[in-house]
Amino acid sequence: MTGWTDQRLEVAISVLLGTGVTISAAVVLLGGVCYLSKHGHEQPAYQDFHGTSEQLRSFTGVIHAAGPSNCSAIIQVGLLLLVLTPVARVLFSLVGFGLAHDRTYVVLTSIVLAILIYSLAAPH
Amino acid sequence: MTNLEFTPLVFGISAVAGCLGALTGLGGGVVVTPALTVLLGVDIRYAMGASLVSVIATSSGAAAAYVREGYSNIRIGMFLEIATTLGALTGAFLATRTPTSILSVIFGLVLIHAAWQGSRSHPADRTTKQRDDPLALRLKFNGSYPTDAGTQKYRVGHVKTGFGLMFGAGTLSGLLGIGSGAMKVIAMDQAMHIPFKVSTTTSNFMIGVTAAASAGVYLSKGYIEPGLAMPVMLGVLAGSLLGARQLIGAKVRVLRWIFGGVVGLMAVEMILTGLKGKI
Repeated sequence: MTGWTDQRLEVAISVLLGTGVTISAAVVLLGGVCYLSKHGHEQPAYQDFHGTSEQLRSFTGVIHAAGPSNCSAIIQVGLLLLVLTPVARVLFSLVGFGLAHDRTYVVLTSIVLAILIYSLAAPH
Repeated sequence: MTNLEFTPLVFGISAVAGCLGALTGLGGGVVVTPALTVLLGVDIRYAMGASLVSVIATSSGAAAAYVREGYSNIRIGMFLEIATTLGALTGAFLATRTPTSILSVIFGLVLIHAAWQGSRSHPADRTTKQRDDPLALRLKFNGSYPTDAGTQKYRVGHVKTGFGLMFGAGTLSGLLGIGSGAMKVIAMDQAMHIPFKVSTTTSNFMIGVTAAASAGVYLSKGYIEPGLAMPVMLGVLAGSLLGARQLIGAKVRVLRWIFGGVVGLMAVEMILTGLKGKI
């Protein structure tokens, strides 16, 4: 690690990761309490695989479904925030390397970001 | 069993897995999936989805501390993440096309390796004797890290070999929904001759991004089930935070042996179930 910018970037990344995990854990917990209060007396059915309900399988679907009436979707929002935390970290690094005029690492970071966006946004 | 009983049980199992995973350095994800499938009969795909998100939580949580302390090498991590994310996408696609019985057998084999890796202490740091890898110089990999004897500098070798191994580590991560930290550490510590402490913390830094690359595929295939992933993620996170805090002063050697034994037993169970085609 060289110089001043790298160290600033390290601190910023550290704060970002910590905040992301805390917020997503809080949302998952909130959704979990809601979920157990409504579905607490139902039987769990994870022995056979049916797949999560269709609307909880995409970002847009989860956002549309989330609300006080759909606790599973609230949990899913928390989990998606968690998945987005490392993506935000990569985006942050990209800005950091850009500000430091480090062209090689701007290119390398962009490649990682493109792969992540492809994974999360493209239909599979 | 109702959800009101099932959820705390899963939380407890995940917390133990997360705590032991942090204490032994194996990571919680590699233990939570066999625990859910072997002990509770959960379908391996749901278990993998829950494990994958918990892996993102623990690695991001721990990375927040390590990056600040100056152990992780962000440049090495960033570069190698190209390999791990490509591998993770490949692995996740493979996972959706591989019969679960075969996944179970592969998982068992990876577990046996993890148990073996976790039950021995790590070898001494190697230092690169040969001339610098020009690629490492060009990518500004050489760095320094804090030790008891002050700031220690290190040089990095065999970048291409490390990159190739990282693709493998990413594939395994996407295929099984694990962090595959052990293989990432091997690539950096053994192949690239990066100091062990820098290797483990940089590996941990990369695990979240690697797992996020498979998460899109897992999500769209319906592997991430909120009712199950909720207690797993919260449990593993709580357990690993507790484990990391207990790390200093714990009888790690005894723990490694016990943990290695338990993981070994679960590995055998997963291989046998897979071979019988029960999962």
